[in-house]
This record gives sequence, structure tokens and C-alpha cells, in this order.
Amino acid sequence: MDRNSPPPAPPRKRLAVSDFVIFGAVAALVIYAGYQVKDVLVYKWDWSRVLDFLIRWDPERQEYVANLLLIGLFTTLRLAVWGTILATVIGVLMGYWRTSNNLTLKIISRTYVELIRNIPPLVFIFIFYFFVSSQLFPAMGLDDVNPDSAMVDNPVFRIMFGRPELLSNFLAGVLCLALFEGAYITEIVRAGIQSVPKGQWEGARAIGLSPFNVLRDVILPQALRKILPPLAGQFITLIKDSAIVSLISIQELTFMATEVAATTTKVFETWILVGAMYFALCYSFALLFDWLERRAARIRR
Amino acid sequence: MLDASVRPLVEITGMCKWYGQFSALHDINMTVNEGEKVVVCGPSGSGKSTMIRCINQLEAHQKGTIMVDGIEVTPDMRNIAEIRREVGMVFQSFNLFPHMTILDNLILGPMRNRGVSKKDATDLAMHYLERVHIAQQAGKYPPQLSGGQQQRVAIARSLCMKPKLMLFDEPTSALDPEMIAGVLDVMIELAEEGMTMICVTHEMGFARKVADRVVFMDEGEIIEVAGPEEFFGNPQSDRAQLFLSQLLGH
Ligand SMILES: Nc1ncnc2c1ncn2[C@@H]1O[C@H](COP(=O)(O)OP(=O)(O)OP(=O)(O)O)[C@@H](O)[C@H]1O
Ligand SMILES: [Mg+2]
Repeated sequence: MDRNSPPPAPPRKRLAVSDFVIFGAVAALVIYAGYQVKDVLVYKWDWSRVLDFLIRWDPERQEYVANLLLIGLFTTLRLAVWGTILATVIGVLMGYWRTSNNLTLKIISRTYVELIRNIPPLVFIFIFYFFVSSQLFPAMGLDDVNPDSAMVDNPVFRIMFGRPELLSNFLAGVLCLALFEGAYITEIVRAGIQSVPKGQWEGARAIGLSPFNVLRDVILPQALRKILPPLAGQFITLIKDSAIVSLISIQELTFMATEVAATTTKVFETWILVGAMYFALCYSFALLFDWLERRAARIRR
Repeated sequence: MLDASVRPLVEITGMCKWYGQFSALHDINMTVNEGEKVVVCGPSGSGKSTMIRCINQLEAHQKGTIMVDGIEVTPDMRNIAEIRREVGMVFQSFNLFPHMTILDNLILGPMRNRGVSKKDATDLAMHYLERVHIAQQAGKYPPQLSGGQQQRVAIARSLCMKPKLMLFDEPTSALDPEMIAGVLDVMIELAEEGMTMICVTHEMGFARKVADRVVFMDEGEIIEVAGPEEFFGNPQSDRAQLFLSQLLGH
């Protein structure tokens, strides 16, 4: 045969008949369930009232402004970003302590992880709320911050932390979420650190690096590459878990949705819309992390 | 006779080490003078690695003293940092950092704890890479090199710290046979330049060529110390005889 002839085309991935049968069956089930719901509930769908809560016309400013649901989404986004940053800091520190030889550090980090992992999130949040946001924050003077002072009442601050008068409310949400997710990130980081071969520690120590540099220059970069996929998953979990801080009146998307559902009485529309908003948010982050991972893999060659 | 040019660089006296209840090293006494080359050999599990790892405190000893260049080796962090600046170490498994280029592997140490600028560190690194004959590979990553090349990079990385003493822990035993000569050549050159070396190795040719003394260990103790010709030709202890017959039998 001619050596220079092109190689055969690889087989294309195609949907087979069996796949269409399965899709068809699922679609039929969904439609049937839809009819059932419609018959039983005799529900009149009305999306317009709920959609009004995304953006509204402000007659004073003569422009469209974000309404409750969009404001809630932004708060959720801020919660996610700050929560991720803080949870990562906690997770890296505690994860390192978990692998440390120092008994005190080991006990502290182990206690932290086990406490969080063995209490239901809801219960943790209520305990946290009573002790931290209603006791610690006032003691720290956070409630005395004047919402009108220029330090907090400026556009940059608003973009980063939301409305100044809700600052301590927002910080409580961030702290709560970060403490909660930090425990899971701790375990991921610990596994990552332990997956780096012992020889790497020895090689780094032998050239005289300080304990901090051993960790920062040699161990963590290698650990991070290995834990990128589970870490990305945990960040997305964090966004979804941010919904539970609505229970301590943090005014994020789920909290706002509860309000909107109550005022409009359009329960289905509200939650379907909010579900779609969460999906869009989480899926965008998932795509972002995917891209980061592929980029990291390419840098490694 | 007191010779001013002979200065002890490493002095180990009465050193003991346990792993839990297990006595890994017992009453080790050894002096290595500046410029001397010592080869350590002995059966597997005899404590060779443990002994040299105590010198730069990758393992802590529990009894006795180790002096390196007049400084006593203690578990104190500051002390350890000082010791490790003086002592380079080459491992059986290279332990290069796989996420950094060869060049970055070499400049990390000097930049981080000798306060050398990046440019000076790079010049230094290229100088040593040339000496181990792999300057062309500076931009590659460790897994892209052969085992022999990686080990030569590891030697260069240690040299970048300008150590007074080099420790080698079986540097050629993880290598394919055809790679061994290149690494040994680098070590021989280093020896000829007057570097003080302690090498755990079973390469008899190398020992004969460069060693001033061969230290034979078994079960955590130093059994015999002799010049290489004497040791390989006419070992005194039964255990050394047994060990050498097994080594040659292979
Ligand atoms: N971290 C450790 N914990 C417990 N025991 C250890 C540890 N490291 C070494 N040992 C034990 O100490 C003894 C000496 O080990 P060492 O690694 O120094 O031997 P070696 O002479 O270098 O052997 P080899 O030629 O196989 O490298 C061995 O019996 C070993 O099992
Ligand atoms: Mg060994």
C-alpha cells in the first residue's frame, strides 16, 4: 500500500437509535409530569411580575436599575468571591497545620475540621450567628461604622462589599461561609500536600530553604496542580452553599427570592428563575475553572 | 604532628540515633578533614543514609555531637539553616523540582538564602551547568532529561550554594548502567578540585580512584576504616569480607 496515503478518518461519535429512544422516553416523562401538575394545580403561569424583580424602571433617575433578585445575585457573587478567598486562606493554613509535626497546630486544625464536618450546616449557621454576628461583631465595633462616612460610602466599596449599611450583615455571611467551606478545603489541601513525594521536601531543605520557602516555592505549587479539580468543585459547592446564609438574614439571592415569592405569590416562577440564575453563575465558574485547568496543564507542557 | 593546612571539617563524636525503639546508629565517631574524600559502604539497612542525613539534619540525632566547620549541629532552626548553607547533598532519586525549569531549580537556593540577585544567580547557575556539561538544557524541565542528566543537574544545584562539604547518598544506584559514568566523571572532577566529600556508594572504581578512606558500616556501627586498596584488597573484619564477597559475587 502507498505509504503516503492519508490515515483513515477516525470514527465520529454519533447518537445511536438507542440514545434517541432514551431521550424520547425522558422527554415524554417530563411532558406527562407537566400535564399532571397543570391538571392538579390548575396553575396560571405569570412570569411578568417575577421578571419585574430583576430590573425596574426608576422614575426619579429616569433609568433602569437592578431590582431585588439582581441585587441578591450581586450579593451572592460578592459572597462567593470573598468567601472563596477567605476559605482558601483558612484552608491552606489549616491544611498545612494538619501535616505539621507540631502537636498544638495539629490539634487546632483537626478540631476545626471535625467540628465543622460533624455538625449539620444549618445548626452551625445558627450557632455562628448567635455567637459571632450578634456578640463578636458589636464588640469589634463593626456596628458603629457610620454608613455615610466617605471611607465606606464610595463606588469602589459598594462594588466590593455592597451597601455600607449592610456591611456587618455581609461580613457575617462571608465569615460564616468561609469558615464552613474552609474545613473542606483544609482536607483537600492536606491531601495535596501529602501527595508531594518526601524527596521534594528533602531536596528543598537540603539547599537551605527556610520552612516558609520550602512550602511556597516547592511544595504548594506542586500540591496545587494536583488538587485543582477537587478545589474547583469545592468553590462551586461554596457558591451553592451560600444559599443557606439566607437563614441568618444575609440578603443574597435566596433571601431575596423568599421575599419576592412572598410578595408576588408566584412561587414556581420565582424559584425556577432563581434556579436558572444559580445555574448560570455556577456553570460559568465551572467553565472558568475548566479553562484554568487546561491552561495549567499546557504550561506543564 | 600539627599541620596547619589540615583542618577538620566534620567531627562526629559518640553519635547515636534511634527510630522509636530501634537503634539505627550506635556510637558513631568520625572526622573528615578539609579536602578529604570518604566513601561509606555497607549492607542495606546498615545506617549509611541515616548517618550522612544527620550531618545536615534531615534526621535529628539524639546523642553525641556533630561539628561542621566549627559549628555544632543542633535541632535549632537558625543553626540548621547555617549548616545547610555549608553542606550540599545529592540524593539517589535526584529530587529536582519538576515544576521548575533546570535553571530555576539552580537559582532558587542562592536567591532565597544567600540574597544573590537573579542575574548573578543565573550566571552562577550557567557556570555550574557548563561544568556538568548540560548548559544547553537550562530551559527544559527535569522530567525531560535522562536520569544521568538529572543527577548532574542535582549536583550543579548543590554546587550553586558554594558548599564546603558535599554529601552523596548512592548517587548512581538509580541510574541505568550507561548513565553512571557521566555522573561519576563529574564527581571525580569535583574531587580533583579539592571538594570535601562524603559519598555513600558501592562503586568500587570510584572509591579506588578518589577515596582517601573507606568507612564500612553494619547494623548502625562503623566496623572498619581503611584506605581503599587495603579495604577492597584485604578487609580485616568478617562482616566486611562477607559484604565484599557478596558485592563481587553479583
Ligand atoms: N524514617 C524511618 N523510620 C523508621 N526506621 C527507619 C527510618 N529510616 C530508616 N530506618 C531504619 O534505619 C535503618 C538504617 O536505614 P538507612 O536508610 O540509613 O540504611 P542504609 O544503610 O542507607 O540502607 P540502603 O543501602 O538500603 O540505603 C534501617 O533498618 C531502616 O529500616
Ligand atoms: Mg540508603
